[in-house]
Amino acid sequence: MLEAESITRGPTRRRLLQQLASCALVLPSLTLAAEPSATQTAIAALIGDRVPEAGELVLTTPAIAENGNTVPIAVDAGGPFTADTYVKAIHILAPENPVPEVASFEFTPRSGLARVSTRIRLAKTQDVIAIAELSDGRVWRTANEVKVTIGGCGG
Amino acid sequence: MDKPRVKVPNKVKAGEPFEVKVLISHTMESGQRIDEASGQKIPRMIINAFTCKLDGEIVFSATLHPAVSANPYLAFYVVAERSGELEFTWTDDSGDSATATHALEVG
Repeated sequence: MLEAESITRGPTRRRLLQQLASCALVLPSLTLAAEPSATQTAIAALIGDRVPEAGELVLTTPAIAENGNTVPIAVDAGGPFTADTYVKAIHILAPENPVPEVASFEFTPRSGLARVSTRIRLAKTQDVIAIAELSDGRVWRTANEVKVTIGGCGG
Repeated sequence: MDKPRVKVPNKVKAGEPFEVKVLISHTMESGQRIDEASGQKIPRMIINAFTCKLDGEIVFSATLHPAVSANPYLAFYVVAERSGELEFTWTDDSGDSATATHALEVG
């Protein structure tokens, strides 16, 4: 009885392989849908295959930007800032812009704080991404949606 | 690229990070806009790099892409142990650069 069950319901090698194959097909298409490939390439160029954590990175953006030509943003990576452990860089990306990279800020122990404000262009409503790289190799990532009323790429 | 403006507190305390604000006039031509007369894209011409040094040592630097707004504004932090000279440099796609300096007083 047990034997018969394991034959009919148990996961056969063939079924497992079929399931694995369908997973492999589905997963990349999902990630592609979530993030344009130009952005994936840009992020990979910045952090390689390191997996970001939420960490202590705070991105401040307006919920609605009436003018996409000048959207004020601020990033602040908390945590210790010493000669040994500090935030090396913060990268800003806008996946729905013609060029996803927006800016990269590089800090040194002489920066004291990894906190930057600037003004950016957003072509349309999108999630603005901030990625922080720490001197110990850790990576933090956060994103905020900004609704854009008038796009800022002159188009 | 002209009129670099720099705002640094008059007097700062040793070892305490302080905010520096900088602004410079530049169109930051994104390379995406179409010239209506010719129908051609207007070539990209942006400030692509900014550096802040204290007594010759890099404190903070930025790589800018076309999505940074015209007349780029940056606010960032610096920590100093003693008085010195802050030097700010902006460089654009043509290789032109603008520099501003500020005598930093640490009390």
